Amino acid sequence: MLKFVAGRLLQGILVLLAIYAVTFFLVAATPGSPFSSERAIRPEILAQIEAFYGYDKPVFERFMTSLGNALNGEFGPSAVYANRTVTDIIAESFPVSLKLGALSLLVAMTLGIPAGIVAAVKRNTWLDYVPMSAAMVGICLPTFVMGPMLALVFGIILKMLPVAGWFGPEFWILPAATLGLVYAAYFARLTRGGMLEMLNQDWVRTARAKGVKETTIIWRHCLKGGLMPAVTFMGPALAGIISGSFVVETIFQVPGLGQWFVRGALNRDDFLILGLTVLFATLIVVMNLIVDIVQVALNPRLKYE
Amino acid sequence: MSDISQTAPLQHKPQPDPAGPAVAAMLEELEEGSSLWKDAWARLRKNKLALTSLFIFVAIVLFCVVGPWLSPHDSQSQDLFVGAEGPSAKHWFGTDTLGRDLLVRVMEGGRISLLVGLVATTVSLMIGVIFGAVAGYMGGRVDAAMMRFVDLLYALPFTIFVILLMVAFGRSLWLMFVAIGCVEWLTMARIVRSGVIGLKKQEFVEAAVSLGYSHTRIITRHLIPNVLGPVIVISTLTVPAVMLLEAFLSFLGLGVQPPFASWGVLINEGQQNMEIFPWLLIFPAFFFALTLFCLNFLGDGLRDALDPKSAKD
Amino acid sequence: MFISQFQKFTRFLLAITLGSLVAACSGGERESDIAASEGILLFGNGSEPKGLDPHLVTGVPENHIISSLIEGLIAYHPTDDLVPAPGMAESWESNDDYTVWTFKLRDDAAWSNGDPVLASDFAYSWERILTPMLGSEYAPMLYVIKGAQAFHAGETEDFSTVGVNAIDDKTLEVTLAGPTPYFLNMLKHYSFFPVNPRAVEENGGMTDRQSGWSTLENYVGNGPFKLKSWVTNQVIEVERNPTYWDAENVKLNGIRFFPVENGATEETMFRSGRLHITSIVPPDKIPSLKESVPDQLMIEPYLGSYFYRVNVTRPPFDNVKVRQALAVSFDKELLVEKVTKGGQNAATGYVPNGIPGYATSTTVQYDPELGKKLLAEAGYADGVGFPKTEILINTSESHRKIAEAMQAMWKDNLGIDVGIYNQEWKVYLDSQSSLDYDLSRSGWIGDYVHASTFLEMFTTGNGNNDTGWSSAQYDALIAKAQLAGSEEERSQVLSEAEEILLAELPVIPIYWYTRVYMKDPQLKGWEPKVLDNRPYKHVYFEAN
Repeated sequence: MLKFVAGRLLQGILVLLAIYAVTFFLVAATPGSPFSSERAIRPEILAQIEAFYGYDKPVFERFMTSLGNALNGEFGPSAVYANRTVTDIIAESFPVSLKLGALSLLVAMTLGIPAGIVAAVKRNTWLDYVPMSAAMVGICLPTFVMGPMLALVFGIILKMLPVAGWFGPEFWILPAATLGLVYAAYFARLTRGGMLEMLNQDWVRTARAKGVKETTIIWRHCLKGGLMPAVTFMGPALAGIISGSFVVETIFQVPGLGQWFVRGALNRDDFLILGLTVLFATLIVVMNLIVDIVQVALNPRLKYE
Repeated sequence: MSDISQTAPLQHKPQPDPAGPAVAAMLEELEEGSSLWKDAWARLRKNKLALTSLFIFVAIVLFCVVGPWLSPHDSQSQDLFVGAEGPSAKHWFGTDTLGRDLLVRVMEGGRISLLVGLVATTVSLMIGVIFGAVAGYMGGRVDAAMMRFVDLLYALPFTIFVILLMVAFGRSLWLMFVAIGCVEWLTMARIVRSGVIGLKKQEFVEAAVSLGYSHTRIITRHLIPNVLGPVIVISTLTVPAVMLLEAFLSFLGLGVQPPFASWGVLINEGQQNMEIFPWLLIFPAFFFALTLFCLNFLGDGLRDALDPKSAKD
Repeated sequence: MFISQFQKFTRFLLAITLGSLVAACSGGERESDIAASEGILLFGNGSEPKGLDPHLVTGVPENHIISSLIEGLIAYHPTDDLVPAPGMAESWESNDDYTVWTFKLRDDAAWSNGDPVLASDFAYSWERILTPMLGSEYAPMLYVIKGAQAFHAGETEDFSTVGVNAIDDKTLEVTLAGPTPYFLNMLKHYSFFPVNPRAVEENGGMTDRQSGWSTLENYVGNGPFKLKSWVTNQVIEVERNPTYWDAENVKLNGIRFFPVENGATEETMFRSGRLHITSIVPPDKIPSLKESVPDQLMIEPYLGSYFYRVNVTRPPFDNVKVRQALAVSFDKELLVEKVTKGGQNAATGYVPNGIPGYATSTTVQYDPELGKKLLAEAGYADGVGFPKTEILINTSESHRKIAEAMQAMWKDNLGIDVGIYNQEWKVYLDSQSSLDYDLSRSGWIGDYVHASTFLEMFTTGNGNNDTGWSSAQYDALIAKAQLAGSEEERSQVLSEAEEILLAELPVIPIYWYTRVYMKDPQLKGWEPKVLDNRPYKHVYFEAN
């Protein structure tokens, strides 16, 4: 297993390098500059600014410099936000995103996985339809509808929860719930699918025929395998929540990473984009590794390869 | 598609049929698609929920595709004096803030959203299934290399890339399909791979291998049909995901260009005024949600119908 | 061990849930009321500032914060943006032709680090912003000073050639490039604000763009407030500055600036009592808010013009008749009433109304019959044969709506089909400056209250012209206005120039801005301002 992990980490580093290069040249090829502004900037001033950030150099030279710095853990300053390095921005917003992501995932799993199990076991009864239909509401309504609706109900009408900001635990509830509801649906459906797959296996039939109790079959034999799709989904889900929570962050005024992904891209803030990409990529690589390990733990038939 | 067995490292060399014609015939029957799909259709017909969903979905598609030609209103003609008005005999769904008929706009928006959802999902499905099945089946270095490629794409933050792509190539609707489809196949590939790895060890695949069938044949006839269950589940999750993604892009203003307006655009517009002009949110959101509900239930029905295990019932 | 952790976690969750419920039930007092009783203003500020260095920023949210932290020679008047109020300068005078100004700095003016504010600080600051190395985007504002342009262009490195002279610690003499009676107005702009030389030198020096002086830890200001906390994307808080010369007359104890980008979120925050002031109101909500909370909805004139640039280098818009036809063939009154909804004025000229001493033009009126006639004369009777053209807009709901309305009205009145092309901001800026468009959505907000801030940009070769239009006669008039001896003459000459612009129409005027926002009625001393320069020190709370 150690060899497996080391091998995957090595591959991960190669992936990171490849991603760094792809991102760098993609941003360089995108029209627009971090310094373009509505009021015309005199060319000589623009030249000064560009020289300050090293944009006057040929693309390839810039790439080598920036890669060299990145390997030393230096992502440079934001080209748009004064006095802030990319590292500062990430250090400030990543913990927020992690907290929001973990809470949402918790909401999603506590709602989604039991709903999926019940639905699979009581297939084609109201215990299947009702939880699954309820779970689907989260998929069917975009977060930018769900969020304002929750804010309206719990913030304005019931006056129970603050509508925006990130100043304490009561502020975490609405954004985590909005984001969690979306992923709850995914978890419910994946769990249901996975459980059905297991319940339809021949050996389950055999076990039933032999008179093994239904609860034993479900809990002892099917649950592990049935949770596989949900487990596989966890990695992408967390990464998606962290980078893709832009809408929720905007609606609830959460100072997380999601806003920077969008803002970095819209501002063409090269250094920030590269820093965020590397962070995100690292996160994914590690997450996938964990998912693989958990998969093997859940299904002994799989082996580390 | 070229025969992968030519280039891939072989674990089992093709050998003369050791088990004789009887096993071959059995496998032939197993991989023979026609009876499988016929049975599936028979089972699907018995599933009321799925049939109803199919019916409603077809109705929505007709509503969106044919509807605009039947309506006396034009989705672009404005009446600024009227502005946003609730539903009336003239405008069944009311009008938007520029006084345009919402019914026609919902129908035309549906065309765009359905097109985005179906085309992008099809793209992702085709790439994902083939890629995942090949990786899972070949195993070893091929698998490792292919999955690292998936990791690579996975690890590109989608938000940044879609924004940059949309910014660079702004006006093409087709580019949007490709951009979305190219991202959405990754989950599919991973799931198919997991499924195939599980199936690979089972007797019927090993039997097929020992019979010397080509890799292409084993993948397309034995493996893919057996992972269709999860594939359909993922597809039914992909369609809403794609439609939501399109809505997210519209939220950023990077979606379809005016005068087109997808359901995502309409819903986004509607939610901003949901207290004052609720109909602007309710109608598009209703059709959007209903479509996704139907696709999901239909997906479930198809899953049940196609599952080779339940075929033995 | 796992179990105990789980229990801990469950307890934590319970605590959160119960805590919030208890807070919800026992509370009831709105955040905005608590803050008001503490004298803290909760300010919706649009977006996260890109920095707080007055010489490097360009945006409105930055201006809102900086103007609470730093005071220029001239301060904001509590009610009228045209009246200069004493700031760092307690008095001033100019020679007869408004070319040489002398400012007397007050003795008790001090920086928040204890340094006195000296005339040499202003000289240092203006040298800083004009140094080419710094790359300040707003440096051209200072070209009004003699020799500033040459220094900024790098023609000389000797700042003594620039007309800024610190005669002694408290006397500053400024020599201008030409007669400028409105110089005092310009001084309110943050590009003229001073920075503390010691703080700048200690944190990287005069020309360092990433100078650390303007961070939370190092910030030194001379304004009524000083920086207290800065949480990115969350809140920036300023508190009373005890070293401010007029500290006893400052009524607020602090301001919290919230960077809320989403208009709907801002509105929800305002309604649930988390803001006293919003930065905007979504247009569609204006009519119903006017009905329900007229005391909270604020609509004020705002010195800005909304217009479409026309690319005069591209057919069919190289034909002036086509431009005229488009300009008169949409119903502006209807547009501002039904689409923008914020009490904007239909623009009959380019320079917005409300500039004292300047005659607002009424040249461009809605006249579809004339439009049809002009279009026919241009060879496109009833729109037949009119090529496919597009309105370029940057991504925004409101720009899109306006463009869709224009599109429909031009179709009705002229029979022409104009498309809409939506581009993301940076690409839109590129397209506009490289003349890669037909019609382009534009807006311009005055930097100071004078027609010249609107008209100078359309001279030949000006970086903000962006239309390809050029007129020697127009250029000559603008140059003449710069040297005009009296304000009446200057306004007269600028009016003539505007009429040339409106006859040639490289721009199609649409409306003149208003500022629409929500304000808590407890907040007093908050007067309408044409430039949105808020004199925070005069603002206070009073329960109704």
